[in-house]
Amino acid sequence: MDAATPSNLAAPVAWGRVRRGRHVADQALKIICTVFTMLGALVLGWILMMLLVEGFSALSPAVFTQVTPGPGTQGGGIANAIVGSLILTFLGIVVATPVGVLAGTYLAEYGKGSKLAEVIRFLNDILLSAPSILIGLFVYTLMVQPMGGYSGWAGGVALAIIATPVIVRTTEDMLRIVPGSLREAGAALGAPMSTVIMSISWRAARAGMLTGILLAMARIAGETAPLLFTALNNNFWFKPNLMGGVSNLPVMIYQFALAPYQNWRELAWAGALLITLSILALSIVARMFLKKDGAR
Amino acid sequence: MKILSYAFAAGLAVASMATPAAAAEITGAGATFPFPVYAKWAEAYKKETNNSLNYQSIGSSGGIRQIRAKTVDFGATDAPLKGEELQKDGFVQFPTVMGGVVPVINIQGVETRQLKLTGEVLADIFNGKISKWSDAKIAGLNQGVKLPDATITPVYRSDGSGTTSVFTTYLSQVSESWKSGPGVGASVQWPVGQGGKGNEGVAALVKQVPNSIGYVEYAYAKQNNIPYAQLQNKNGKFVAPDDKTFQAAAANADWKSAPGFGISLTNQAGDEAWPITAPTFILVPKNPEKPEQVAEVLKFFDWVFNKGDQMAVELDYVPLPAALKQQIRDTWKAEIKGKDGQPLLRS
Amino acid sequence: MVALTQDLVMTRTDTVRRSSKPTADRLFRLASLSSALLVLMVLAGIVASMIYGGLPAFQEFGFGFITSTAWDVNRDQYGAWVAIVGTLSSASIALIIGVPISLGIAIFLTQLCPAWLKRPVATTIELLAAVPSIIYGMWGLFVFAPLFAKFVQIPTSQLVEGIPFFGTVLYSRVPSGVGVLTAGIILAIMIIPFIASITRDILDQIPTILRESAYGIGCTTWEVVRHVLMPQAGVSIIGAVMLGLGRALGETMAVTFVIGNANRLSASIFDPGSTIASRIANEFNEALGLQLNALMALGCILFLVTFTVLVIARILIARVQTH
Repeated sequence: MDAATPSNLAAPVAWGRVRRGRHVADQALKIICTVFTMLGALVLGWILMMLLVEGFSALSPAVFTQVTPGPGTQGGGIANAIVGSLILTFLGIVVATPVGVLAGTYLAEYGKGSKLAEVIRFLNDILLSAPSILIGLFVYTLMVQPMGGYSGWAGGVALAIIATPVIVRTTEDMLRIVPGSLREAGAALGAPMSTVIMSISWRAARAGMLTGILLAMARIAGETAPLLFTALNNNFWFKPNLMGGVSNLPVMIYQFALAPYQNWRELAWAGALLITLSILALSIVARMFLKKDGAR
Repeated sequence: MKILSYAFAAGLAVASMATPAAAAEITGAGATFPFPVYAKWAEAYKKETNNSLNYQSIGSSGGIRQIRAKTVDFGATDAPLKGEELQKDGFVQFPTVMGGVVPVINIQGVETRQLKLTGEVLADIFNGKISKWSDAKIAGLNQGVKLPDATITPVYRSDGSGTTSVFTTYLSQVSESWKSGPGVGASVQWPVGQGGKGNEGVAALVKQVPNSIGYVEYAYAKQNNIPYAQLQNKNGKFVAPDDKTFQAAAANADWKSAPGFGISLTNQAGDEAWPITAPTFILVPKNPEKPEQVAEVLKFFDWVFNKGDQMAVELDYVPLPAALKQQIRDTWKAEIKGKDGQPLLRS
Repeated sequence: MVALTQDLVMTRTDTVRRSSKPTADRLFRLASLSSALLVLMVLAGIVASMIYGGLPAFQEFGFGFITSTAWDVNRDQYGAWVAIVGTLSSASIALIIGVPISLGIAIFLTQLCPAWLKRPVATTIELLAAVPSIIYGMWGLFVFAPLFAKFVQIPTSQLVEGIPFFGTVLYSRVPSGVGVLTAGIILAIMIIPFIASITRDILDQIPTILRESAYGIGCTTWEVVRHVLMPQAGVSIIGAVMLGLGRALGETMAVTFVIGNANRLSASIFDPGSTIASRIANEFNEALGLQLNALMALGCILFLVTFTVLVIARILIARVQTH
C-alpha cells in the first residue's frame, strides 16, 4: 500500500491548505464520476425516448396482425416479421441450450482444470466475442449454398452459434458456485456422476442457468448481420417449413428504416420500439432471477 | 420457455393458415433500383392470385451471384450481362421496367429543375476537376442563377450498385477523362466525395450536407423532395426528368441490338430524351432445375406486363412499350425450356 | 468416482441412487464432452472457412494486401489497409472515450452511490448493453449525426482551419455527422456497460479491509481510489478493457450506419472511413470472384486481431486469478 497520505498528516502544515488541495481533487473525482454515470443514463434515456417518440405513433393493432405492405400502401403491419423473429430466436435457443448447458457442465464438472477444458474455455471466449457477421458468413457457406436457398433453418443455426458461448459461460460460472459439499453428499448417497450433476448441481444452479439462457435470448433477438446472409427476409408470410426467406424484425428494420417511403419508415420505428422493449424486458427479468438466486 | 413454445405453435398455425398449400412462393433478389415497383407489384399479385413473390434488394451483383448459386428463383440486375456471360451461365435476360437516374443537389437558394448542367460538367464535378459551384463552367450554363462560392461535395454510392453502373456508363459516354479515369462499373474508384449506402443513403446525405450533389433513382428524389437538376441531352436540349422524357429516351431504342435485350438507354438521341435512363433486367435459367418455380416467375412477369403499368407509373417508373413486351414473351417461349424440352410458359 | 460409489452402494432401496446403469452415466459424460468439442469444432470451422475463402486474395496480392490502400472493384485491386486503419482508429477512439467513463461509472457504483440507488443505476447501465446494435445505428444516424454535425463538426472545423496539426485531424470538409469519430463515440457507448460491470465486479472483490484502513487514516475517496483500489485492480481492469476492445473491433451494424463507408484513407477523424466489419456487411451480398475472396481475407485479419486481443486479455486476467 502506498504511503502517500501519512506524510502529509505528519507534517505540521496548516490544516486548511493541505485539506483544500486534497479536498478539491476528491470533489473533482466525485463530480466526474457522477457526471459520467448520469451520461450513461442520459444516453439510454435518449435512445428510449427516440424509439417511443418515433415508434409509438406507428403502433396500432394492425402492426401485430398484418403483413408488411408494399411501398406507399396504407395500412399493413409487421406481423410476419414479429412471428418470424420469434421463431428464429426460439430455434436458436432450442439448439443452443442443450449444447451450451452440456458443454458448460463438462467444463465445470468433468473437465475442470484439465488442458482440454482450458483450451475449450478459451476458444469459447473467442467465439463469444467473434464478430457476428463472420458467423453469418460461415453459415452461408455451410447451409445456404448447399441447400440452394436462404432459410429459417440457416438463420436459426447462425443465432444458435451466437447464443451457445453465452450459455456455456454462464452455465459454467453458475455451476462453479455450487458448493462441493452438495455434490459430495450426493455421491456419498451412491449417486453416479450424471445424477449428481442433474439432480444436484443443475438444480442448485438453475436460476443462474436460466438467467444465462434468457440473456442469450436477449442477445440473439437483436442480431442483424448474421441473418442478412442466412434467413434474409420475406415480405409476406414465410413457408411453415422455413425454406426461403424468413421475415424478421432486425432485417426488416434495416431495410425499411432507410427507405424513401413514409409508411415503411414508420413500420421500421414501430419494429425498433417493439424489439428494444422486448429485449430490455427480457434482460430485466433475467437479472431479477439472478439477484434472487445470488441473494444467498 | 413455455410462452415461447406457445408463440411458436401459434406462429406456425397462423403461418400455415396464411399460406395454403396451393399458393406458390417465388424468391428473387438483386437490384435496388426497381425494388419499390417490384414490391408494389408483388403486393397486388398476391392479392389477386395468392402467390407470393419475395424480392430482396441486395444489389445487382448480389442478384447475379445468388441466381448463379441457385439460391433464388430469379436474379435482378440493373447492369445487363453480356452475351458471353449469358451463354456461359445459361441465363435468359429480359427487361421489366425502366427508370431514370437524376442528379440531386443541395444548394441554398436553388430550386428543383432550376440548375442546368451538361454531361461533361457533371463528369468534371464528380472527377474533382470542377470544385466550386461558382466555377465559370457552371455559371456559364446558369445565367441569372445565384450560385454560392462553395466547395462541391459529390455523393456517390458506397455499395456496388446498378445505379452507379448506369450513371458511370453515361459519364463515360460524355467525358473522355471519365472514361479513362474511373470508368464504368457497379463500383468505381471515386476521386472525391462521400459515399452513402443505397439510394436512400445518398438521398439522406445530399439532404443533409450543404452544397452537395449526388445521383439517385428518380423515385427517391421525388419521394424525398430533393431538388434535382436539368441535363443537356444528346440533341443539345436541356431536359428535366419525368416520365415523358424517360419514355422519349426509350422510344428509339433498338432492343434487339444486344443479346438479352441488354442495351443501354443512356445518352439517347431525341429532343425530349432524358440522358440517364435505364432499363432493369431479370435473369432466369434457361433449363432450370426447378421448372415449376421458374414457370411461376414467368407467370408473374406476364401478369406484370398485362396489369402492372399503372402501378409502375404511379411510382415514377416507365413501363416497357407493348411491342417489346411481345418480343420478350416470344423469347420466353423460344428459350426457356422445362425438363421435357417443351417451353415452360404455354400462353 | 464412479467406481467408489459403486463400491459404496448396498442393495438398499431407499437411497437417492436411481437404477441408472453405468452406460447412462457414460452417455451423459459423452454428451457433455461432445457438446464441448462441438464448440471447438464450430470455431475451427469458422476459421477454416475464412481462410479457405480468403486464400486466393492472399495469394494474389501477397503480404502487400495488408498494406495496400487500393479497393477498386473494376480493376480487381484490393488492399486491406483502409479497413484496418478504420477498425483500429474507431476502436481506439472508443477506448479513449469509453474507458474513463466506464471507470468513473464503476467507481460511482462502488464508492459513491447510496445503497438505495445502486440497483436502479446498475440496471440502467447494464440495459445499455441490451439495446440491439441496429438501434444504436439508427440512433447514431438519425439523431446523433445531425446534432454532431451542427454543434461539433462545423464549429470545430471553423475553429481549427489553418492550424497545422489540428487543422487536418479535426477538420471536416463535409460536415455530414458521420465518420470515424462518430463511429468511435457510438462504439464507446456500446462498450461502456461491459467494461463498467466487469470493473465493478473487480472493485467489489477487493477486500474491504484495505479500503477501510485507508479511510481510517483519513484518506479521501480520490486517494483511496488512486492509491489502493487502482493498483489492486489495475491488471484486471486492463483485461476488462481488452474485452471491451474485442467487442469494439467486431461490431458491425452500428458502425455500418455511422462510419460513412469511404474506401479512402483520410487524416481527419471527422471524415468517413470504413472498418473491416462494415466493409464486409456492405459488400458481401454483392461480391463476386476476387472481391469475395478479398472480403473473406479481411474477415481473417479481423479474426486474427480479435484473437490476439483476447489472448492478451486472458493472460492479464489470469495473472490476477492466481492470487
